[in-house]
Amino acid sequence: MFDPTAVLNAVAAGVLLGGFYAAIALGIAVAFGMLDIPNLAHPAFVVVGAFATWVLNTQFGIDPVIAGIILTPLFFGLGLGLYRLYEVCFERRGEAALQGLAFFFGILFITEVILVLTAGADYRSVDAPYIGASLNIFGLLLPGRMLVACAVSLLMIFGLQYYLGHSFIGRAIQAVSQDRLALRLMGVSPVKIKALAFGIAIATASVAGSLLIIVEPVEPSIGRDFIGRAFAAVVLGGMGSFNGMLLASIFLGITESIVSDMWNPSWAPAIAFGVLLPTLALRGGGLLGRKL
Amino acid sequence: MVALLWAAGRLVTNEYVFFVGYAVLQYIVLATAWNILGGYTGYVNFGTAAFFAIGAYVSVAVNKLYHPPLPWLIVIGGTASALVGLAMGYLTLKLRGVFFSISTLALAIVAQAVITNWSFVGGSSGAYVIRPRFGPFGGSYIEYLCYTMLIMAAGAVVLARGIERSKTGYGLAAIRDDEGAAEAYGVPTLRLKLLATVISGGLMGMAGAPLPFYVAYLDPPSAFNLSVAVNTIAMPLVGGTATWFGPVIGAVLLSTVQQAAMVTISSAVNLLIVGLVMVGFITLAPNGIVGILRRRRAG
Repeated sequence: MFDPTAVLNAVAAGVLLGGFYAAIALGIAVAFGMLDIPNLAHPAFVVVGAFATWVLNTQFGIDPVIAGIILTPLFFGLGLGLYRLYEVCFERRGEAALQGLAFFFGILFITEVILVLTAGADYRSVDAPYIGASLNIFGLLLPGRMLVACAVSLLMIFGLQYYLGHSFIGRAIQAVSQDRLALRLMGVSPVKIKALAFGIAIATASVAGSLLIIVEPVEPSIGRDFIGRAFAAVVLGGMGSFNGMLLASIFLGITESIVSDMWNPSWAPAIAFGVLLPTLALRGGGLLGRKL
Repeated sequence: MVALLWAAGRLVTNEYVFFVGYAVLQYIVLATAWNILGGYTGYVNFGTAAFFAIGAYVSVAVNKLYHPPLPWLIVIGGTASALVGLAMGYLTLKLRGVFFSISTLALAIVAQAVITNWSFVGGSSGAYVIRPRFGPFGGSYIEYLCYTMLIMAAGAVVLARGIERSKTGYGLAAIRDDEGAAEAYGVPTLRLKLLATVISGGLMGMAGAPLPFYVAYLDPPSAFNLSVAVNTIAMPLVGGTATWFGPVIGAVLLSTVQQAAMVTISSAVNLLIVGLVMVGFITLAPNGIVGILRRRRAG
């Protein structure tokens, strides 16, 4: 029937893939899971990060992961600016719903088009010693690029989690997601904290982007494939829970990997949603987080 | 009136007028349809492409089997999309706004995956449809398509206007403004939302049904193109979402700008323009052009 090695390989690949997806979902976990900002444009920023990494890698020979880290301040600033705009236009007016969503959708689109206009619509990829190499453990073939991507992703997630739990700003961010008014009464400006949090969310996009281009060739419209996976991971895992998001990402990764290998790869992008919809219908709060 | 139009059509020698006309009219239908669920009810649908493409692909499939005249294809395509709307509605309308919107995006992706795997309509390699040379009333087929779309546009607008001023319309507006309160007052929110989704989806499917004949070659990436979704949302947002008139203004304005830009600058830039205009209007003029006009008249 099923060859056990093949299944194990698919599962292992799925775990690594899920770990990588979590890097992309992290930005959504912060912006949407904690701050309730439906940043649909996040995957587009990840793609921008990927292209920026590509430029640094091909022009200056910088290792992609390093490039992603170097770019974080830039993306942080972008996040700050974008939040300012969002806050002035929407949160103040209290009309976050219809217009806010359309706003981010528009940003997603504009970003994609700008990428096409500046970098062209071709697929781009980067070069690094671990891309193309694989590790052979117990008969499982683990591609080097996936190992690196998953490792960096986990580092980023746990690092951010530590920061949020152990620093003043981090705890203020957690507070603002739980109870704005209480935070204000304690003398901290919720707007500033939210801006910082959103900036952090976008900053993760630069690292996630560098991982993306390590994992596969990138072209401008590829971001759309990840909207579903990222939001599904955050919602499935429970809003506000990084661990839940990680678990959900790995689950999605494994499911996609198995369906791709055993059945038909073109169904892969639909998997995330196929899992998300029934879950939302049945359990509004996801697996581990606060209720919606 | 009809005879006059038909006579005018005889005089027009440049087919391009009908190509452009069809595009503009198609977007009037799409924008109006979207607005019924989006502007009136407050539920943002990002999956326009799904309903539109389902209408188009059902049309391709039925045409392959039976070759019925175009009006039948439109009805069948519209019904298929309406049914999909109903199914989606049952699954998702109990969700809060954001999650509903993400689900619509999901629907578009799933629909695209399904159709890409459906080899009867050509799958990923696309489908060729032979476009007849002449329409049934004389004149080229494109002209016939254009007039069909004109009738649909008129019908959609009349429907939207009718809904807006009816009890249903007030119910939808209540949902948009405060769904909890509406439910508390006894407004049958789920039923109304389902109705809006079905009408909206059905209209989009009807707009999509003639598409295969318009383009003669249809493949999933172009049918499900994100720009259709963006345009369909941008037009009511630019024109004004509260009334039937807004989407029409928005559609005419943006469509013509796009067609002009496509020919003069480049097609990528014209997408950028749409995106920028949409974001610009969302941030600066959330009630659209109709809102601006109203404010002028009031103050």
